[in-house]
Amino acid sequence: MKRHLISAADLSRDDAVLILDTAEEMGRVADRPIKKLPTLRGRTVVNLFFEDSTRTRISFEAAAKRLSADVINFSAKGSSVSKGESLKDTALTLEAMGADAVVIRHHDSGAPHRLATSGWIGGSVVNAGDGTHEHPTQALLDAFTLRRRLGDGPGTDLAGRRVTIVGDILHSRVARSNVHLLSTLGAEVTLVAPPTLVPVRTEQWPCEVSYDLDAQLAKSDAVMMLRVQRERMNAAYFPTEREYARRYGLNGQRMARMPEHSVVMHPGPMNRGMEITAEVADSPRCTAVEQVTNGVSIRMAVLYLLLSGAEPAVTDTSENPAAAPAAAPGPATRTEENA
Amino acid sequence: MSQHKTLIRGAKVLGDRAQDVLIDGATIAEVGQGLDAAGATVVEADGQILLPGLVDLHTHLREPGREDSETVLTGTRAAAVGGFTAVHAMANTFPVADTAGVVEQVWRLGAEAGYCDVQPVGAVTVGLEGKQLAELGAMHESAAGVTVFSDDGKCVHDAVIMRRALEYVKAFDGVVAQHAQEPRLTEGAQMNEGVVSAELGLGGWPAVAEESIIARDVLLAAHVGSRVHICHLSTAGSVEIVRWAKSKGWNVTAEVTPHHLLLTDDLVRSYDPVYKVNPPLRTEADVAALREALADGTIDCVATDHAPHPHEDKDCEWGAAAMGMVGLETALSVVQNTMVDSGLITWNQVAERMSFRPAEIGRLAGQGRPIAAGEPANLTLLDSAYRGQVDPVHFASRSRNTPYRGRDLPGRVTHTFLRGRATVMDGNLT
Repeated sequence: MKRHLISAADLSRDDAVLILDTAEEMGRVADRPIKKLPTLRGRTVVNLFFEDSTRTRISFEAAAKRLSADVINFSAKGSSVSKGESLKDTALTLEAMGADAVVIRHHDSGAPHRLATSGWIGGSVVNAGDGTHEHPTQALLDAFTLRRRLGDGPGTDLAGRRVTIVGDILHSRVARSNVHLLSTLGAEVTLVAPPTLVPVRTEQWPCEVSYDLDAQLAKSDAVMMLRVQRERMNAAYFPTEREYARRYGLNGQRMARMPEHSVVMHPGPMNRGMEITAEVADSPRCTAVEQVTNGVSIRMAVLYLLLSGAEPAVTDTSENPAAAPAAAPGPATRTEENA
Repeated sequence: MSQHKTLIRGAKVLGDRAQDVLIDGATIAEVGQGLDAAGATVVEADGQILLPGLVDLHTHLREPGREDSETVLTGTRAAAVGGFTAVHAMANTFPVADTAGVVEQVWRLGAEAGYCDVQPVGAVTVGLEGKQLAELGAMHESAAGVTVFSDDGKCVHDAVIMRRALEYVKAFDGVVAQHAQEPRLTEGAQMNEGVVSAELGLGGWPAVAEESIIARDVLLAAHVGSRVHICHLSTAGSVEIVRWAKSKGWNVTAEVTPHHLLLTDDLVRSYDPVYKVNPPLRTEADVAALREALADGTIDCVATDHAPHPHEDKDCEWGAAAMGMVGLETALSVVQNTMVDSGLITWNQVAERMSFRPAEIGRLAGQGRPIAAGEPANLTLLDSAYRGQVDPVHFASRSRNTPYRGRDLPGRVTHTFLRGRATVMDGNLT
């Protein structure tokens, strides 16, 4: 597979389906008495987190450990970074320690791209969320969850499924990655937000934009609620929490207007009472907890495919060989600079 | 004892027919055919283009304070290599050039370096803070003789302060050069707000943040009867406003940078901070409008906004990187590429936009003069047939943050004369 995972836009349909199928394999490992594969034994995965994100970090950590990789957690707080070390010097340090993969979370959009293309390191770079740009493994785990709930299982995509993404699109890396990935997988994506929270120029995005949540509910196979930071109202993006919840929050009444089979998604952490009510969050239609579980499988699949894509991940011969990950498709990395 | 003489033989003066130009001491002695070379150093121009020494209204020389990125000496050497004989040194140094003492220091450093006239720009407000007027009169009366005032890097955003500054400098025919950027609309701005910023998730710098300030300032200038100069105009909308203001007969002038004539925000997709600049690279439509406006005179002149930064300030992630590009050594090539080779303007008009007009706006005596007998011998000889790749390793500037690395650009300055003395000879600094 490709050397880096920076943007969901870099994934072809076949790449994405391969990752989802591989994650299905990985998910089965979690059901075993010993939840571990020897695949990445002797390989080093560094979790390089410039932003606090316990959820994402432990998900990547669990994924790498289940593949028997050595895991180093490097958090900016209390490290050389807080003493003013540059991204470059941090990268050179990790390179010197022999990192095979660097999982990076950074507050600046583009930092993972920079890490992957600057020549500072030789290993694979996995974007674990950069600024307001992208969060591709979140989109992958969302697609994985959707396929399990709504789809036809391994080998298939999300053709014709309607997904509505609601909330702070402007500042959301989750939304950007999902727009790319879900549309690549054939889903019809609609973004819903107050106009202040939609980027000014989205006409080329492969999705629709609406300001009216109620108009979308009856035709949605899934409604994905994004976390809305309360601080946004201080910058006049919306008047009050109360008004936001009234116009764009998902409550029981609104959920009742969604089709019987449809699901409610949330990448977490949730603001209960803001974008989602407790009634919805705790309903069986809400996949938030399932998304967390699936996150580990997806991250195992990504690390596996990046670091040892040519070797079979699951060596247990009782597995159906047809379902084992196939050889990776041709590379189409974004390592080349634009002209 | 007779003064040193130089004969430039067979140069296309302002791009017209080939003539000889005899320099005697600091002055052009004669322009004509078959001039006598006796006692003179001969420069065989062989059809190269002879232009008046270029004048830059917008240069960051970084001294005092950031000598790690540039000094007056290295910056003026870069200017000479680029064909400039005068540069305006912006005020955002450390300390800020907001007193007579600092502007005199910069002016003296320029005179000592001797590569190019350095005309300091004074800050409009103390510390560039936009609150209290700096001692504009004292800077004007100092040895530096400041006439251009700018808080460049920051916008004079307070309408009352801007009005007062515009009014105040009328007493000595000064001009306020505005960095037009509405601060609230550009909080956290990282690049042009548009299709690319939406995709990359980088904070947007909307065109309206520039245009709204320009609209306000041309109205203010008209109201108080002052002249105002717009720095690094970058959007199609700004062009429309300036065109309208000029149609009213208001005293508005504007500059455009070479990089805004050539580059677009698509380049930011690389996340390479060498393309990070303020105002940001805009769209194809903006570039087309800027070229057209420079051609029809709506935009008066080209100014480099030469902004040197040390390597470490660009060798990092986008958000952490400094804004700005070096430009002195590539400006004329970019103008040849975008404006002359494309047929939009003649060399005569290049002289107008890169020498005559900027000198006039800055009220610079002895610069931006015609190439004629009796005029100061500030001259630039350009080999316009030259084609080559930009390689910053060879830059005279202390910094290397050029967006043109590896790019093919036409033209090369072979000789620059500052009051008769060659600062660049056969492409090399003297």
